[in-house]
Amino acid sequence: MISVEQTARYVPDRLKSPAARWVKSWESLLIVVALAIFITNSFASPYFLDPWNLSDASFNFTEKALIAFAMALVIISGEIDLSVAAIIALTSTAMGYAAQAGFDTPMLVAIGLATGLGCGAINGLLVTGLGLPSIVVTIGTMSLFRGTSFIILGDQAFTSYPASFAYFGQGYVWWVFSFELALFVVAAIVYGLLLHKTNFGRAVYAIGNNATAALFSGIRVGRIKFILFLLTGLMAGMASICLTSRLGSTRPSIALGWELEVVTMVVLGGVNILGGSGSIPGVVLAALIMGMVTFGFGLLNVPGIVMSIFIGLLLILVIALPIVYGRLSRRWARSAA
Amino acid sequence: MLHDTTTSRIAPAITLEGISKSFPGVRALSDVSLTLYPGSVTALVGENGAGKSTLVKILTGIYKPDGGSIRINGTAVSFPTAHAASKAGVTAIHQETVLFDDLSVAENIFIGHAPKTRFGFVDWAFVNEKARALLKEIGADIDPSIRLRDLGIANRHLVAIARALSIDAQVVIMDEPTAALSHKEIHELSELVEKLKAAGKAILFISHKFDEIFRIADRYTVFRDGRMVGEGLISQTTEDQLVRMMVGRDVGQVFPKKQAEIGEPVLTVAGYRHPTEFEDINFELRRGEILGFYGLVGAGRSEFMQSLFGVTKPSAGAVRIDGNIAVIRTPSEAIAQGIVYVPEERGRQGAVIGLPIFQNVTLPSLGQVSRKGFLRMAREFALAREYTARLDLRAASLDQDVGTLSGGNQQKVVIAKWLATKPKVIILDEPTKGIDIGSKAAVHAFMSELAAEGLSVIMVSSEIPEIIGMADRVIVMREGRIVGRFEREELTAERLVRAAAGIGAVPGEGA
Repeated sequence: MISVEQTARYVPDRLKSPAARWVKSWESLLIVVALAIFITNSFASPYFLDPWNLSDASFNFTEKALIAFAMALVIISGEIDLSVAAIIALTSTAMGYAAQAGFDTPMLVAIGLATGLGCGAINGLLVTGLGLPSIVVTIGTMSLFRGTSFIILGDQAFTSYPASFAYFGQGYVWWVFSFELALFVVAAIVYGLLLHKTNFGRAVYAIGNNATAALFSGIRVGRIKFILFLLTGLMAGMASICLTSRLGSTRPSIALGWELEVVTMVVLGGVNILGGSGSIPGVVLAALIMGMVTFGFGLLNVPGIVMSIFIGLLLILVIALPIVYGRLSRRWARSAA
Repeated sequence: MLHDTTTSRIAPAITLEGISKSFPGVRALSDVSLTLYPGSVTALVGENGAGKSTLVKILTGIYKPDGGSIRINGTAVSFPTAHAASKAGVTAIHQETVLFDDLSVAENIFIGHAPKTRFGFVDWAFVNEKARALLKEIGADIDPSIRLRDLGIANRHLVAIARALSIDAQVVIMDEPTAALSHKEIHELSELVEKLKAAGKAILFISHKFDEIFRIADRYTVFRDGRMVGEGLISQTTEDQLVRMMVGRDVGQVFPKKQAEIGEPVLTVAGYRHPTEFEDINFELRRGEILGFYGLVGAGRSEFMQSLFGVTKPSAGAVRIDGNIAVIRTPSEAIAQGIVYVPEERGRQGAVIGLPIFQNVTLPSLGQVSRKGFLRMAREFALAREYTARLDLRAASLDQDVGTLSGGNQQKVVIAKWLATKPKVIILDEPTKGIDIGSKAAVHAFMSELAAEGLSVIMVSSEIPEIIGMADRVIVMREGRIVGRFEREELTAERLVRAAAGIGAVPGEGA
């Protein structure tokens, strides 16, 4: 009686080649936008195309982008870390304190990275150990970390850093290529490989799409999320070293509001704020776009407050755009069919 | 016969004619007709993917049809929104009822159409009183002021039905209402359907269970591949005829049980207990054996299986695999020990919707398809191809989002994922729940094949024919305890039901 077909039917691996998919992707749209801004800027100001000006402009985004790479993974996994700017402040304070006590550059770097990791570990433990929502935890630790920095510094500032410490924020690897730019490129490659080519990256996507099913598939969800918070802490520590070195001083208000710029960068890069999808090339492009816009505004003497209005609008726009587009395309599909 | 003449004389409550609906690349419905009569239950049958859900969504205003007409009591209508459909008197009760956990029963019944006072506020006194009356009318003993969260699935269905009555629906769609219900609850539901019939409602009843269809429905409509392929009176058809119409070929409810050679014990569970869910679970599973776990919904079977798989911690108990003590604290440890679990809640716990098919298949086997932590795309596709082909997966490509597949094919992806880990023990929790009859037979055939290859299978099922048809041995659980053990030869439906319900054993049976 039973006549279930036992001959397996052929199922192709793919219908669309990865290249065909790329053409229609968010990333290719970002490339077009980046080129458009680049061309507009070069017409708007005669100073834009100067290599040294461009090199200077890269400082607008390199430090934030370092954090954005780790943040992209956190958001893809369905979590968020809003304490990154506060981690920069606390890390910078720790380094400034150590510098005043007479420690030299290698020790300062070690303290910076360790403080970042420590803050990340606190976030990670609260989220995975106690199972608290990361948005609440990191809003809490945001106040905690920056508050600690305020208590230590008050209205003072640490300004006595060793001369060799200046290299991270002011040094050049070769010609116009700064240390920060080089670090940005290396971090982009490392995070790109980590997210797109490793088992770890696959687990991050699986968790972001369905954490329960990922757990039921043997993915160690808690462990991976903990590592992700360690990574954002580490990258915030790294960014803090660069920023402190570049400014040569630490105030408790350092990097105020950066968490929103970092999240904007990640979301502009095509990472779904609800988790599950996104790419590192997208975040790299978003960093370039935001850097160029900031630079362009600077050349045109647009005041800083306008810039933050722009960032706010951009954040809302890039979150709304895919949702509105999805709704419209469904409506078109409905009425066209 | 008498029934036939009455229904054909009565004017239809709702008539659908020439309904078509396409999605990009798929023709979900083509030129479908359906007629529902007041005071009559029409069963809509068809395999998954036959277009039943699409039709329900058109009837409830969620999709707009590409063509065709809908008439209610003779007048042409259109449902641009879900609200319009509900205003026109069409309501649906879904398999997983969409209600609000944190609102009270009365609020759930009246949400969206609550009566207002003169000042525009909700008239709570009236709402509560009316809710109480509606619940009483359908014989439900539910306090309208308690929160929905505190009700079981069966009672939630009753609330949904009360809601349907509260909007004075003329057409009630019941989309697999019994999928999650126990035996007794199903019985109560069918009494309720009788009441709705008596109240003159036109009912569209969607179910995969034939015994129910023949008990409850008056008429039937069969869909296959988006077309209507047959309709008529239930009294003038047979199960075999319906199945033939559904699949377009002969698939008997014959279980493809192969007698596998049963070997030495693979898994031994001793003294497993949990503070609230189950206690004192002891059993042995042998190589090549299919061990059935039968019981009512809520008997603690899934909870026990998930604890065996490392999702929840037992408070005591020991597991041996091939005679060695195994420590299982997480699913990844269970997988490493060769125990895998195909969960009942496919969409929530089984498939990672949003990821493509091949990535779902390789998810627990990332070590196999990578070198030093770096994934090898070619190996991934090779592994996915091998195991999806074994299960005869129907898909456009392996790169397709698993969420776009039908329930049966999603289940095949989940099973393929586990086979790729080369397990010793596979636990299947309600493996054929809510999947179409063709996929069902494929899953059964496959289960038999796995046992024949020396895998040990634990099959949790609430469907007696499936248990009797497939299992070598059956353990019955009730309220968290093992209350019966049966060998294949002694299996009868009556013994299983008695043990599960705690009615006491058939004379001569030790429980």
